[in-house]
Amino acid sequence: MLTLYDVTLGSRLLLGTARYPSPEVLIEAVRASGTQVVTVSLRREAAGERAGQGFWSIVRDLGVRVLPNTAGCHSVKEAVTTAHMAREVFGTQWVKLEVIGDDDTLAPDGVALLEAARVLCAEGFEVFPYTTEDLSIAERLCAAGCRVLMPWGSAIGSGRGLNNLFGLKALRARLPEVPLIIDAGIGAPSHAAQALELGFDGVLINTAVSQAADPIGMARAFAQAVVAGREAYQAGLMEPREMAVPSTPRVGTALLR
Amino acid sequence: MKIRVNGEWRDVRAVELAAALAELGYADAVVATAVNGNFVPASKRSAAALAEGDEVEVLAPMQGG
Repeated sequence: MLTLYDVTLGSRLLLGTARYPSPEVLIEAVRASGTQVVTVSLRREAAGERAGQGFWSIVRDLGVRVLPNTAGCHSVKEAVTTAHMAREVFGTQWVKLEVIGDDDTLAPDGVALLEAARVLCAEGFEVFPYTTEDLSIAERLCAAGCRVLMPWGSAIGSGRGLNNLFGLKALRARLPEVPLIIDAGIGAPSHAAQALELGFDGVLINTAVSQAADPIGMARAFAQAVVAGREAYQAGLMEPREMAVPSTPRVGTALLR
Repeated sequence: MKIRVNGEWRDVRAVELAAALAELGYADAVVATAVNGNFVPASKRSAAALAEGDEVEVLAPMQGG
């Protein structure tokens, strides 16, 4: 079981709600994934269209927890204000804190992220910071009051998987007690399985599911990958070796020359 | 009075935020609001006076990753 801020979840897969071909596909993909947490955002609402009202009605009917993000924020002020607005609309202390530092890579601005995290944690928010594998930022986020971290696998929407294995392994080893959810960059179920095999506690997936030819099928595939990866981690992976080692015993090999 | 709502100039008769929202068609909508970059909680919208040229943001739940 995965526990995030005292909430115990049966699934280690968190799912984004963006870029699905239709609301119906989103609903079915959430169900197929088995997720209990979906990410959402806040955007400008046109009084005539009321697109947000319709979306919110769909999400409420899903019966899962929502994790509002601060996507698109580039400053502490924007992120903190967005968090306040999200708390009111979504009725949750949870916030996936994103403070973007670079528009090409969508890499987080570690300094602003830390400052925003300090403000929000002090105000009682339960902050899920979107961060990198940087150890010093990660430790400071924890010191600021974050009890979950969301390190990136690779750039948002890139589908490139775990880009810096060495750094991610070091982060896992440094913070063995902190739930770490790989956020961003997961492009295939194999990437998700790898994250879980390395001991990460969960993954947040969006584009890899929503932009698949069959999002519902892909959601199901990710659900299985996450379960497989976690079970493999608990079972203990073998150590890789430099040279071949025969798996069939040499003893008793027949002399047939 | 002219205010900017979600980036577009609008002419409203209302002089405070709650009435302006109703006038603009948001009366029963689930939205969060900010004026000039500062969050205005729902409970304080009736007391939030608007001035000419104010920038009002009206945000609602949307898809997100």
